[in-house]
Amino acid sequence: MTDDYFIHPYIPNAVPETKRAMLREIGKASALDIYEPIPQHLRFQGMLDVPGPIHSEAELKRHMKSILAKNVSCEDYLSFLGGGCWQHYVPAAVDEVVNRAEFISAYDGLYYTDHGKQQVKFEYASQLAELLELDGVGLALYDWGTVAGLSLRMACRITGRSQVLVAASAGPERVAVARTLCGPAEVPSHIALETVAFDPATGELNLDDLRAKISSATAAVYIEMPTYLGTIEGRAAEIAVIAHMHGAQFIVGVDPISLGLLAGPGSYGADIVCGDVQSLGVHMSCGGGLGGFIAFRDDDPVYASECPLILFTILETEREGEYAFAEMMEERTSYGLRDKGKDWVGTGAGLWMVASSVYMTLLGPKGFRELGDTVIRRAHYAAKRIAEIPGVRIGLGEAFFKEFVVDFSGTGKTVAEINKALLGHHIFGGHDLSRDFPGLAQCALYCVTEVHTKNDIDRLAAALRSVLVVEGV
Amino acid sequence: MGQTKVRGYRSARWDEPIIMEMSTPGERGVFVPLVEPEIKGEIAEASSYIPASVSRQRPPALPEISQHQALRHYLRLSQQTMGMDLANDISEGTCTMKYSPKVHDELCRLPQMAELHPLQDEETLQGALQILYEFRDILRAISGLDEVSLQGGGGAHAAFINAAVVRAYHASRGELPRRDEFITTMFSHPCDAAAPATAGFKVITLMPDEMGYPPLDQLKAAVSERTAGVMITNPEDTGIYNPAIDRFVEVVHQAGALAFTDQANANSVLGIARARDAGFDACHFNLHKTFSSPHGCAGPAAGAYCCTQELAPFLPVPVVTFDGRTYHLDYDRPLSIGKVREFYGNVPVVLRALAWCLSLGPRGLREVSEIAVLNNNYLMKKLLAIRGVTMPYEERRRLDQVRFSLRQMKEETGIGCHEFQERQIDFGVQSVWTSHHPFVVPEPITPEPCETYSREDLDYWAETAAQVSREAYNEPDKVLGAPYNQPIAKMKGLEALEEHERWAITWRAYQRKIKRRASP
Repeated sequence: MTDDYFIHPYIPNAVPETKRAMLREIGKASALDIYEPIPQHLRFQGMLDVPGPIHSEAELKRHMKSILAKNVSCEDYLSFLGGGCWQHYVPAAVDEVVNRAEFISAYDGLYYTDHGKQQVKFEYASQLAELLELDGVGLALYDWGTVAGLSLRMACRITGRSQVLVAASAGPERVAVARTLCGPAEVPSHIALETVAFDPATGELNLDDLRAKISSATAAVYIEMPTYLGTIEGRAAEIAVIAHMHGAQFIVGVDPISLGLLAGPGSYGADIVCGDVQSLGVHMSCGGGLGGFIAFRDDDPVYASECPLILFTILETEREGEYAFAEMMEERTSYGLRDKGKDWVGTGAGLWMVASSVYMTLLGPKGFRELGDTVIRRAHYAAKRIAEIPGVRIGLGEAFFKEFVVDFSGTGKTVAEINKALLGHHIFGGHDLSRDFPGLAQCALYCVTEVHTKNDIDRLAAALRSVLVVEGV
Repeated sequence: MGQTKVRGYRSARWDEPIIMEMSTPGERGVFVPLVEPEIKGEIAEASSYIPASVSRQRPPALPEISQHQALRHYLRLSQQTMGMDLANDISEGTCTMKYSPKVHDELCRLPQMAELHPLQDEETLQGALQILYEFRDILRAISGLDEVSLQGGGGAHAAFINAAVVRAYHASRGELPRRDEFITTMFSHPCDAAAPATAGFKVITLMPDEMGYPPLDQLKAAVSERTAGVMITNPEDTGIYNPAIDRFVEVVHQAGALAFTDQANANSVLGIARARDAGFDACHFNLHKTFSSPHGCAGPAAGAYCCTQELAPFLPVPVVTFDGRTYHLDYDRPLSIGKVREFYGNVPVVLRALAWCLSLGPRGLREVSEIAVLNNNYLMKKLLAIRGVTMPYEERRRLDQVRFSLRQMKEETGIGCHEFQERQIDFGVQSVWTSHHPFVVPEPITPEPCETYSREDLDYWAETAAQVSREAYNEPDKVLGAPYNQPIAKMKGLEALEEHERWAITWRAYQRKIKRRASP
């Protein structure tokens, strides 16, 4: 290795002549002299114990690919995993736009230089608003779990209360993230989170339990639609009425891909809606494709005022008929008021707003309807085929969208054993619910989307039959 | 600077309508798979599974557009986005707008990354877990700390992890109700104040003295038996490194509190100074800043959280472990703060960070920092030669960036940081970062010339600043009328930013609120 090597392609001013000329210009002998303000005893001596360098891009790519080759992807195996991250088809035009250098590299360029980026964000909000039937949509942050927690906090600020009710059918990872945001009982700002049971026969929220637990101290009732367990909450409007009667906010967590078939939560009384854009044209990427959104009513400015996410409004310019887009009520966020702002906001999931906007455009109203129809019927077809296997039954009734609970407790095998055996058939079986739902021991959450053909589903059913009946695991 | 000429930049201007205005009923952008005839014959219509009460009555009012027209719309919007790859993006200080190698994007698009489900059996995710584990080791070396969580979805998220870990640490010792305060400094990132506030703590903010950082006495006066933790960015967003930082940490420790350093500005100290050596219990890194993952219109990102062995039991679950042969996800951690993000982190962002470090190696990482500070000091000299540009605080030595002030320019010409910003962009550089709020430095601008930028880039950026200064002093109206070369003309009606009747967050709100009001 020669010294020339360290004129790294990512560091133009490493060229010795350039470096010398620049040092001369600032009157220093070496770059290390600039570190004068760091006292000697705080300086790290020697070289970092880190691997590399890998000299060429070709070798680096090969090395990284050799690590990635140890993964098995959902293109290699047939996957029926869902539960908060879903395999939907991503149209090529979505990838084309998302991979544009301008979008992938943009950050905080402002309203003029990055006008196109701002417009896409407004379009994302506008399209999501049509699906959700609500007027306000904030820019995406991290994931559904985070925005669920932030929605609960928002409801507590709006109502001045500190107790929330969360459906027991909500995603356990999401609720776990929300609990961290609610804080422990020892802190004064603690939010008490209590769960409301669901009907073990249908998955629907137990309204008696809701009525028993709700009070004038309840800040919010949170349900999911479809629920984490895949079921559709048929009495959502009734839940809204109960929540509102007690002065509580009604929050709905939603998978937006279902909204070609399902009503927008705004239409049945949701005050605040949260969810994830990953299903709208974003690759799963081991969970890296998540992006949480918050939407809200805008008939009362209190919702926008209490929303911690960044909000954009449409504006006019000095040229007739031309639009601009700019951040509104900037001061209320943590960027404006630091610790006095509404929770915090930061760099989250910007690129996935671009992806979902393109996706919503490509699908259009017909695409959402047709996709929903394909998903729900293929899921029901899968449930039917699986239910034909001896000892296996479908839990929680027929009102489900793309995910459903398969109960293997009658087979004498554990879900863990079954899923290990399915790997031998190059299939990722449904997610094991035993740990998170004690009432659903040896049940699995299966997910079927438009990527699964009838043949794929038949292959799954045959493999399950083989595992349970022929191989006996 | 004499030879450097400002460019005759013109941005693309497409007069592109909003997508919601582009609909032609009947058109569509893509066909989706339809259900097979056999399934159709066997499985009832969708409506039979959906209770009528929550069935959609009207199709969503999404635009109906053919594929080429849709693609063209978004490509035009991309052309109206300068981003970083096309720009001279020295402008966005505190953001470390460094080059993000394209080979990383290729790797992230491979099915073995893009088509992974986080709940797959561990044995089918060994590559993903290896990436997390190997990058963990790199951050242990860079920070000197013992354990790492890569779950944070951004820098502010890692700051929240710290607040939650500190909360759990004091709770485990029965001291939580008493320790209800965090301390930060005004030039630390706003999240260092906001994250502990969200976690339920009162926040005390230390102000800089004439040197540019808070004196030790101010910290001593603020620290008490109520202090839970301290969160300090160092070097701060002014580029000033607090030379007494280890004594700050000592004072915090003497009070039984924990010290965290926000390493958003770590690009200046890789292999130069480690959080551990100054005594810190924890720190974080922005992988989308220091470690080259692209900023992606503000995410996907990752905030890596590093801590001592003592704090490791409180890390969010799961933690990636390695038994010498196989990687595992460890959920069995009874003292854990629980979850901060679904699943276990933003693996593609970590992949890029790992590949970047491997490409550079130990000498290369150090070179990154040395060149970043050299670039900054070179640019600083050029900018301080420009009329109306000053550098506040007696501490003149700066590392990765400088928060300059245009107060003098504002007083002498009426051109302050916002007017400066809106004119400078006409020369093809990204909009300069001013400062987080409040503006402690009056009329602030904060460029950060990280190692990505060539000497020519630095000279060019300085020349655009000099050009705006000349115009400010000679023809200020020209600056006030800017920008001229952008995708849109000057914005107006800014009262809509604060007035409920005037703002419209979505097209449907705009139709309802604004358009209806305008029509007779």
